[in-house]
Amino acid sequence: MAAPVAFFALFFAYPVAAIVGRGLKADGAWQFGRIGAVLSRPDILDVLWFTTWQALASTVLTLLIALPGAYVFARFDFPGKQLLRAVVTVPFVLPTVVVGTAFLALLGRGGFLDELWGVRLDTTVWAILLAHVFFNYAVVVRTVGGLWAQLDPRQEEAARVLGAGRLAAWRRVTLPALAPAVAAAALMVFLFTFTSFGVVQILGGPAYSTLEVEIYRQTAQLLDLPTAAVLTLVQFAAVGGILAVHAWTVRRRETALRLVDPAQTARPPRGAGQRALLGGVLLTVLLLILLPLGVLVERSLDTSGGYGFDFYRALQSADANGSTFLVPPLDAIGNSLRYALVATLIALVIGGLAAAALTRRAGRLVRGFDALLMLPLGVSAVTVGFGFLITLDEPPLDLRTSWILVPLAQALVGVPFVVRTMLPVLRAVDERLREAAAVLGASPLRAWREVDLPLVRRAVLVAAGFAFAVSLGEFGATVFIARPDNPTLPVAVARLLGRSGELNYGQAMALSTILMLVCAVSLLLLERIRTDRSGEF
Amino acid sequence: MNTTTKYAATALAAALGVTVLAGCGGSDDQASDDTGAGSKTVTLVSHDSFNASDAALKAFTKETGYKVKVLKSGDAGAALNQEILTKGSPRGDVFFGADNTLLSRALDNGLFTPYEAKGLDRVAADTQLDAEKHRVTPVDTGDVCVNYDKKYFADRKLDPPKTFDDLLKPAYKNLLVTENAATSSPGLGFLLGTVATQGETGYQDYWKKLKENGVKVVDGWEQAYNEEFSGSAGGRKAKADRPLVVSYASSPPVEVLYADPQPTEAPTGVATGTCFRQIEFAGLLDGAKNEAGGKALLDFLISKQFQEDMPLNMFVNPVVEDAELPELFTKFGATVDKPATVAPEKIAKNREQWVQSWSSLVVK
Repeated sequence: MAAPVAFFALFFAYPVAAIVGRGLKADGAWQFGRIGAVLSRPDILDVLWFTTWQALASTVLTLLIALPGAYVFARFDFPGKQLLRAVVTVPFVLPTVVVGTAFLALLGRGGFLDELWGVRLDTTVWAILLAHVFFNYAVVVRTVGGLWAQLDPRQEEAARVLGAGRLAAWRRVTLPALAPAVAAAALMVFLFTFTSFGVVQILGGPAYSTLEVEIYRQTAQLLDLPTAAVLTLVQFAAVGGILAVHAWTVRRRETALRLVDPAQTARPPRGAGQRALLGGVLLTVLLLILLPLGVLVERSLDTSGGYGFDFYRALQSADANGSTFLVPPLDAIGNSLRYALVATLIALVIGGLAAAALTRRAGRLVRGFDALLMLPLGVSAVTVGFGFLITLDEPPLDLRTSWILVPLAQALVGVPFVVRTMLPVLRAVDERLREAAAVLGASPLRAWREVDLPLVRRAVLVAAGFAFAVSLGEFGATVFIARPDNPTLPVAVARLLGRSGELNYGQAMALSTILMLVCAVSLLLLERIRTDRSGEF
Repeated sequence: MNTTTKYAATALAAALGVTVLAGCGGSDDQASDDTGAGSKTVTLVSHDSFNASDAALKAFTKETGYKVKVLKSGDAGAALNQEILTKGSPRGDVFFGADNTLLSRALDNGLFTPYEAKGLDRVAADTQLDAEKHRVTPVDTGDVCVNYDKKYFADRKLDPPKTFDDLLKPAYKNLLVTENAATSSPGLGFLLGTVATQGETGYQDYWKKLKENGVKVVDGWEQAYNEEFSGSAGGRKAKADRPLVVSYASSPPVEVLYADPQPTEAPTGVATGTCFRQIEFAGLLDGAKNEAGGKALLDFLISKQFQEDMPLNMFVNPVVEDAELPELFTKFGATVDKPATVAPEKIAKNREQWVQSWSSLVVK
């Protein structure tokens, strides 16, 4: 418990408090009057309104589109399932720069829809909503699907035997068990879309601005710290409110579940209805996820002399007439993987400890901490980044130019995922199993290893996958850690896109494709890990 | 709980072990990196667009014994604001990248220690905006101008626009794409160009007319240039339909440089009557740990070698008179004789208000 608390205090609470304090203090006195002044500005109110409704719309749309997907991935067996599960997670980790470009190519002028029906959706809210679904599809599929796969179908069958109709059985048995996971997924999607930055900026054009975009503008561009501080507090309040509601629903619903091995619950689809459902989900994935990714691949191969790998070849040299980089862009892959590995480890340790502590203890204080862990998701990278700048500037903690800051900042975003993924499963482990083990003479450690670990191992892997993927595509924090000799993949892509000329554009697309493949392969490996039950750590 | 703690300690130790290993894998010079007085490292803080060739940096090291470490942090505005936040305890010794639109903000915040760089007499006088106190040294200039797609206008036998006033003509309806002046540096440059040429009251009227003539505003330069502008490589691929874009006078040479195979003529041209001059400055940071190294670096930034190295690395123009432009620039670039300018203190005073009224006129 102490480690996660210390970690969050030092790398999150203190920097954020410092930067907000600087905005709200003048001559040593708190200026709370500024809050009212900022919140009565019509342009700020517009931003708040737009942020809220687009996040709600995005969340509803994502749930509608992704829940059937979660069911299919949990309950059906079909060829290529693991690959597809990895592929749908790829969007989640792509830098928004890349996604924006892909969506413009699809929805913009001369894009896919334009060619077919003459429809253009760029600079409309629809483009933003669709991109949000694209990003968050995996969140729902993995969080809900992960649990759904482990629910024992025989419980529902038992209800049917006892005379319940198909719908009633589902509503009484499966739905209550799933509810915490659905709530967790919905909450995450809402948080992400509420704090959406790149998507809104690129696809919405300058007419749409979310709270996050506004905080960035006020802080980084205008250095209007008072306004930024007020907006940060508003975002805090909103995120805190969401988390409180979420905690309440979860507490009402959390019961000990009988979890089984997911391998037992998936079957090949039977009958026309199930096949149609599978087909529908596959079509959705194709249109919504594979198509935008495909556009990137197509553009990375589309050289002036026909299709070829020229852009990929150009990535190997640091100096393709004029040095955009001190190192070959390909080195960025190694950097990214290194950072992601370290960030994942930090996130797993901190998140795992926190989740374990939260399972063992219940109390007002602990519940508060549970919500606190989620706060980094609701605070903009620029606030944290600028907070680092003014707080971590004294030895021994002058980390402002140190590489460790990157994985630390990434882990901050990764920890909530680890906690969210592990907590429902950990809490659902039946206490009596542990007691039985203890009665039979197992030490607490042995009981944990024999009882908890096999049940949560999958959750740990999913959590690790998420944390890893999040750090791979993370862009916000990496921008603040200014080390041009060690660019990460997203930073390298952004740099290439920031230059004119065919070769740069092509290289950016090629690097995005590589990033996609690296993510897909990493996620696929995680999918495949099946540790032996008696195996040690 | 006890056992959990034990487990945690093991895991934490393992994680830290890997962390250290990963650190060794990187080209990490933290351990030997004792920046300070008498140190052999000088740190340059800049924005993302800063670039220098390896050869130039090595030459500096050979000449002075100082190794240059470069830190980049975001776009020009964000990088400067981070310096203002960390004033007095800077991350480096020299800051490069405060341009004339941001200069007053930097000077008013007292970021820099005055230093008169060696060889300042060779630097063009009209770029020396702090000639009294030498808090900053001019390093390069660049012009924000409307670029046009040569093929589009040739195909239609239409003359491309040359001036701000031309852009209002019905012949160019729905052809121009520009960037958000609130968030993009060329976007702001173009807005300031209209303020300089149309007057501080006339510019609003100008933008109203420009909006009626179908100007499109997108958020940043990347999107405007690579997605909306039909003359760029990215735009051609995206079947872009706007043959006019707000970019830089140096964009056509870049378009040639990165084309494969290289064309004999640039695919894009510059409307030389629509330009706004940006001047970038560098200065010795107040509280720099390595002042001597910082001063040597400032001297180097206006040396002939660095000034000639700059154009192909940052696509900007040198400020010293004896620096020769590379052939790429003389052959494909445009010379801008009378760029629009606005005094830095005037920009500092009115910038917010100009951008605000621009936003409400054009974006909302």
